[in-house]
Amino acid sequence: MKSVKRFFVRLSKLAAGHHDDRRLREEMAEHLAQQRSDNLRAGMSPGEAHRQAVLKFGAAEAIREEYHSEQSLPLIENLLFDLRYAVRMLLRSPGFSFIAITTMALGIGATTAIYSVIDATLLHPLPYPNPSELVRVVDDLPGVGAQGVGISVPEWRDLESSGIFQSAAITGTGANVNLTGSAQPLRLSFKQVTPNYFSVLGVDAQLGRTFDPHDATPGYNLEVVLSDGLWRREFGADPHILGKALRLDNDVYHVVGVMPRGFRDQGSTSEEQNVELWLGAGFAGVPFPPPLRESRLRSRAVIARLKPGLSIETAQRHLDVLVDSLKKQYPAEYPAQTAWTVRLIPLSETVVGNVRQSLVMLFGAVGLVLLISCVNVANLLLARTSVRSREIAVRQAMGAQRTRLVRQLLTESLLLFLLGGIAGFATLFFTRKFLLRLIPESLPHLNDISINWGVLGFALVVSVAAGTVFGLAPAWLMSRLDLTGTLRQEGRGSSGSLGRSRARQVLVVTELALSLVLMVAAGLLLRSFWDLFAVQPGFNPDRVMAIETWLPGPNDPTTDPYQTATQEAVLLREVLRRSRTLSGVQEAAVGDEDALPLGHSQPSRLPLVQEGDREGIETKENQAPLIESPIVSPEYFHLLGMPLERGRLFTNQDLEDTPQVAVINQAAARTYWPNQDPIGKRVRLHLDTRGLSSSAEPAWTTIVGVIADARTESLADAGIPQIYRSMYQRASKEVIIFLRGQLDPSAISAQEREQVQAVDATLPVFHAETLGEVLSTSLSVRRFSMEMVALFAATALLLAGLGIYGTISYVVNEQRREIAVRLALGAQRGNILKMVLRRGLGLAAAGAGLGVAGALIVSHLMAGLLYGVSPNDLPTFASVTVVLAIVALAACYIPARRAMRVDPIVALHEA
Amino acid sequence: MPEKPDVLQGTLALMVLKTLDLLGPLHGYGIARRIEQISGDLLAVNQGTLYPLLLKLEHEGAIASEWGASENNRRARFYRLTRAGHKQLQTETRDWEQTAAIIARFFAAKGEDLA
Repeated sequence: MKSVKRFFVRLSKLAAGHHDDRRLREEMAEHLAQQRSDNLRAGMSPGEAHRQAVLKFGAAEAIREEYHSEQSLPLIENLLFDLRYAVRMLLRSPGFSFIAITTMALGIGATTAIYSVIDATLLHPLPYPNPSELVRVVDDLPGVGAQGVGISVPEWRDLESSGIFQSAAITGTGANVNLTGSAQPLRLSFKQVTPNYFSVLGVDAQLGRTFDPHDATPGYNLEVVLSDGLWRREFGADPHILGKALRLDNDVYHVVGVMPRGFRDQGSTSEEQNVELWLGAGFAGVPFPPPLRESRLRSRAVIARLKPGLSIETAQRHLDVLVDSLKKQYPAEYPAQTAWTVRLIPLSETVVGNVRQSLVMLFGAVGLVLLISCVNVANLLLARTSVRSREIAVRQAMGAQRTRLVRQLLTESLLLFLLGGIAGFATLFFTRKFLLRLIPESLPHLNDISINWGVLGFALVVSVAAGTVFGLAPAWLMSRLDLTGTLRQEGRGSSGSLGRSRARQVLVVTELALSLVLMVAAGLLLRSFWDLFAVQPGFNPDRVMAIETWLPGPNDPTTDPYQTATQEAVLLREVLRRSRTLSGVQEAAVGDEDALPLGHSQPSRLPLVQEGDREGIETKENQAPLIESPIVSPEYFHLLGMPLERGRLFTNQDLEDTPQVAVINQAAARTYWPNQDPIGKRVRLHLDTRGLSSSAEPAWTTIVGVIADARTESLADAGIPQIYRSMYQRASKEVIIFLRGQLDPSAISAQEREQVQAVDATLPVFHAETLGEVLSTSLSVRRFSMEMVALFAATALLLAGLGIYGTISYVVNEQRREIAVRLALGAQRGNILKMVLRRGLGLAAAGAGLGVAGALIVSHLMAGLLYGVSPNDLPTFASVTVVLAIVALAACYIPARRAMRVDPIVALHEA
Repeated sequence: MPEKPDVLQGTLALMVLKTLDLLGPLHGYGIARRIEQISGDLLAVNQGTLYPLLLKLEHEGAIASEWGASENNRRARFYRLTRAGHKQLQTETRDWEQTAAIIARFFAAKGEDLA
């Protein structure tokens, strides 16, 4: 305790230090003056008076210093002194300082940038209170290989009363609704949620209220909560918005609340997060199917908040117990072979989407760049020893301790790294708006990325850590000088500097290896991307535009003007007819959202029930495999260039009242009817619940045709089974109009809107894009990763090239005398050149060897991100090595030429 | 000339306090001269060490200082004893006298008294 008190006393005295010192000096000067005058009066000569006075007084300086050292903290004092000295040294060699600081700024700036993206996306994905309590509840049927099959209402009620959760809410995953009554019909994204949804998230409205958690209305409770963005955009932040009636899909809802600014819904895609309307519903009445235990709500997620203090593992165990007891209670609804289980997943994991892998890879890549920058600066620091060796030798000779020297050199390094880090952070901060625009829009949490205090903290920590690690070795090596040798200036390149030069060479080899690894990664990603981009999609996207419209789905189906497929068919045929009249349009077709190739985020999957399999047992619906099922008009296949292989396509005679037909692709034929002809086989697909109030038995659908496989789900995967149905037989609320021809993208949207609204003025028309755009958007995250890694690789190569240039220059400089001697003895200049080049290439070869080994490891780690190229791809490795060799050669060439041109006489005369 | 023994640090403080107590406010040079006088030139005062000591005493609150004019009209710092310093002086005087008495008893003891 006493030492702590002493510490603080000294700390405060440190602040008062100057004051005391000045006073001492003044008083001592006064004393000496008085003593002198006394001596003069006693009769001494002025010189003698002064001398006697000083002798009697004692050593003033020593006294002052001793007092000073007792009073202050030598540690901090020395630190301040070191800092001042370091700043002076940095200013003394501005070129070196500039290069070092810029290199570090580059490395740390890039790393911090990626960190800020990771911070927003992976580390804090949930902007709600106590996010660790939030979980997603997922139902699986592993017995039939089905995951995420959806929950049923009675199960949800069981969850709520289980005591494991504070509350659980069912939520849609972002669907569309028409808002009519304003200037233009708007299509907006909404989520249907159980009324306790907002209390699960823990966020309250800024205006009005959210839904009443005890509201037990079975269907929609006709209340709507708006987002702040929508409130400001469409309603001008009207303070009297509460109670206003809005028409959503022709139903009247009343606004009860507005969510706060900056509130964003949870979800893994921007679409899910950009929900602007929330509708409360009980999921049990019209328009939902009756709440039976076996009728699962597909495309609905369940999020819940655990009881405080309950860990996920414990909660999962309780849940498993509940599941077991329910299985025993209701054996009919939970047949044993389905092996029904319920999983809890932390909500934070489900909202990061599929970018985690890409981001981690990016972080690894930028980490390598940082490493290379640090190595480069360490190299530069070592190179300075030859300049400062005399200074250090003199200081050691005068009695400086090794640790003191190391500390001082380390301070210089730390200062350098810190300055670089701050410069990098500042650059990042000021260019952040520009950089944000480079990021693809499909990155979740794009709006959350900000340069905040945490990011600054990260930059500082990285700077200090890098400075300590990479500054320590040069500092330690620098202090290990051979004193006499250096002071006597015995030829450079003597044994004293061997340790240093070897260290430098090791550093350069490391740099080269690291940049090779980065280049290989970039090369592989580039090839993957290129192959993906060039792959034949199986459909023809040229000159095709897709324009969306949305048919309202009012809660009461009897008020729906397009309730049946026949009614909708009238609209569709008219729209198609009018579309064909537009100039430039050669073909037109319609389809639902799943029919937009590569453009739908979550394809709806329906269970495929096959009529009789080999054992003659009909598969039950809750055990059936799930298949994607787009709905299209007959012209669709021809418009997109998807060829028919067997059987026939839809015709205009396939209507609602004729037998239901379907067209499958080759993948579906292979998967579900191997070695059989699928034509004529019958299946049953569970119908979409929207718009259907009765639980009528769906009819059997007959397969009439097989088309070739197309990559409509993912460019990387060709063999995904699909089953298509006709728009005239099975209505869909989402309608995408496909147009092929010489179209003017800017004009076509307005023209099409005109045509559609000529038929029905309440339909919104939006989202006009070419299929080419849709394709490239689907690749945008990949493209971004590739571009980033390529950028890093180029930077790394540049830095490595600089590193090798620096090292070879240094070696040449060190060996000037040796070269001069050789030249004087008759060596050819060409030989000198070759000697230096060989040195450089030796380093490059070592670096390449190490790099190839490292690159092989890394490429196998990132195999999941590659497409169409193996991790051991020889051409990539070979071409990258050649590029590295060329750069190394070029970097060696300049110093080699300088060596070649050494004038032996001048060099030998240099002292 | 016999070697003048050095003064111990702790005792110098005591001397300073006593001097100020006897003679009232003095400046640094004055204190040094007086101590030299009183000790009868038997002590070699490393006079420079007086000043850090004066600073320390002032920080501790035993003495206080203020600017004033010295004999030849030079600006000097005058030190005086505070109440706390006075108490400290009394305590230390008592301690010294006790110590001196004990030591004297030991010096005066003869072997036969201790049986």
